[in-house]
Amino acid sequence: MQSLSDAQHQAVLRVIAEHRSRPGPLIEILHGVQASLGFVPAAAVPVIAEGLNLSRAEVHGVVTFYHFFRNHPVGRHVVRLCQAESCQAMGARELAAHAKRRLGIDFHETSADGAFTLEPVYCLGNCACSPALMIDGDLLGRVTPQSFDDMVAAGQRRT
Amino acid sequence: MSIDIYVPRDASALSLGAEAVARAIEAEARARRSQVRLIRNGSRGLYWLEPLVEVALENGRFAYGPVQPHDVASLFAADFLQGGAHPLSLGLTEEIPYLKSQQRLTSARVGVIEPTSVADYIAHGGYQGLRRALAMTQAEIVQCVLDSGLRGRGGAAFPTGIKWKTVLEQPIAQKYVTCNADEGDSGTFSDRMLMEGDPLALIEGMTIAGIAVGATQGYIYLRVEYPHAYATLNEALNAARQAGYLGRDVLGSGRQFELEVRLGAGAYICGEETSMLESLEGKRGEIRVRPPLPAIKGLFGQPTVVNNVVTLASIPIILARGAAYYRDFGTGKSRGTLPLQLAGNIRHGGLVERAFGLSLRELLYDYGGGSATGRPIRAVQVGGPLGAYIPASQFDVAIDYEALTGIGALLGHGGVVAFDDTVDMAQMARYAMEFCAVESCGKCTPCRIGSTRGVEVIDRIIGGVERERNLILLEDLCETMLQGSLCGLGGMTPFPVQSILKHFRDDFHAGTRH
Repeated sequence: MQSLSDAQHQAVLRVIAEHRSRPGPLIEILHGVQASLGFVPAAAVPVIAEGLNLSRAEVHGVVTFYHFFRNHPVGRHVVRLCQAESCQAMGARELAAHAKRRLGIDFHETSADGAFTLEPVYCLGNCACSPALMIDGDLLGRVTPQSFDDMVAAGQRRT
Repeated sequence: MSIDIYVPRDASALSLGAEAVARAIEAEARARRSQVRLIRNGSRGLYWLEPLVEVALENGRFAYGPVQPHDVASLFAADFLQGGAHPLSLGLTEEIPYLKSQQRLTSARVGVIEPTSVADYIAHGGYQGLRRALAMTQAEIVQCVLDSGLRGRGGAAFPTGIKWKTVLEQPIAQKYVTCNADEGDSGTFSDRMLMEGDPLALIEGMTIAGIAVGATQGYIYLRVEYPHAYATLNEALNAARQAGYLGRDVLGSGRQFELEVRLGAGAYICGEETSMLESLEGKRGEIRVRPPLPAIKGLFGQPTVVNNVVTLASIPIILARGAAYYRDFGTGKSRGTLPLQLAGNIRHGGLVERAFGLSLRELLYDYGGGSATGRPIRAVQVGGPLGAYIPASQFDVAIDYEALTGIGALLGHGGVVAFDDTVDMAQMARYAMEFCAVESCGKCTPCRIGSTRGVEVIDRIIGGVERERNLILLEDLCETMLQGSLCGLGGMTPFPVQSILKHFRDDFHAGTRH
């Protein structure tokens, strides 16, 4: 297990201090850590456990239960491609195949240039404009292979 | 005098370029020295016309759409600020047939008002329900909700008033009101539209619930996939607090109610109410065995109201206009209106709020205009990933709780996903099991193991391995999951699979299609 850098450790402690007095704070804290570090490092688990007087197993159990939390770094942009029924009805399977080919990766992987991580997601609530994807916080609708490629080109320019 | 222009901030409208359109309008107005005031509303829910730009004229709002940034200069040139003719002109918004024929009660203000403005909310009838409620006893408020016939719009359709009555009757000081905003069903977005387009309706509904049952704290459990709704809700909460509609002394009544948004973390199961409560407590979203019901032992072990967004957002109008007004919409035991959501392979996708009783065919063809691809609609999944697939031969079914149950389907949260005739239904059956395997909380065996075995059995059937024997095995497995699972995820995943076995069995014969 890679240990936390000083800056990471301080960031985790800050997030704990901010939320620990609220009822049921663990998930809020994990959101805070992931927002601040980009992921929830394995080495943050014992720090959080101690801060909340929980066992490491309890914290680990929560981190791993939720699809949104990840324990490894990701690319500069996270692309979440909807794979649910409505998007499937409008070609999401074909779009996923295209996206994987274009980026040279499978779901849950990061492109070699470190620009994109590709994740499946089950519904973004954009079902009247299927197929949909979310890149970082931005939602896109009626995505085509062409518009996907345009998005990739724009994302590669931004570092 | 400046002219009001509306450009939606709704997430779907933004996904089609509404932000760039808004910027282009601002820039063009500056260049032309036109006096305009840009208002960022929710969406009217006519998504094939988004980004939909509206101009406030003397005789009503005039619509143009779908507008792209490159259209903006020509709109100004055509004098659209005075309703000038343009190829994108749609006439008066309220006269567009898709909208005009609807019966919008719960979503009446969505797309109309500035979502986070308390003043605009009140100008459109907001907070009348809360004022009425504050003049009533707790029992009277609960009776009003009971009399309205309102049933939970999240999917389970349990009478809302009965839940509230149970919580009210608990002689315990600390109670909670929670809103399930974990709208995870594919094909549904009415919760999102409400939270982005009229968040104060949800806030008012929760405040009324809190006063009715004696809860001082509420939580909105919002899915993390909705960052736009998160921002809008928090803005609206601040606005409500500043205007005295939330806090220690709601409107000087001496009653206290506070409200907070909590984010989920990408787990479909957390839309199940007990799993949602676990998650709100900061734990793994594993479901709880019932009893005890959440109304008796819910959040942090205290009596808790758990209602969906649409349910809670329907409360203000019921209190404002009376139970009878709401109950007179609808049919049989399905009272009031339901915001239906048209999605998937459909030409005119969007929000259709109507009284119960509309037929599926009317929804798909009169509103939806048929498939987006122009091919015949072969199947429709109603009610999300746990809902049955309905074949074209049954499209005349009425959309109400009982009629859909009668054909082995369910209404759920009102999502309708259309598929054209290129769909491979065996793959959709496989996906139903695969989704359950990904999202199972793992607490009970039929769901955790059954879903994985289901994928394997379907793969064998599709691959032609002992097809007839494996079809029997799949039917048995569905029965086991249905009877033996602890909650609706494992217990209802068989519904889409069984409906495909019943109506689209030929698709399991590899090579006959595709």
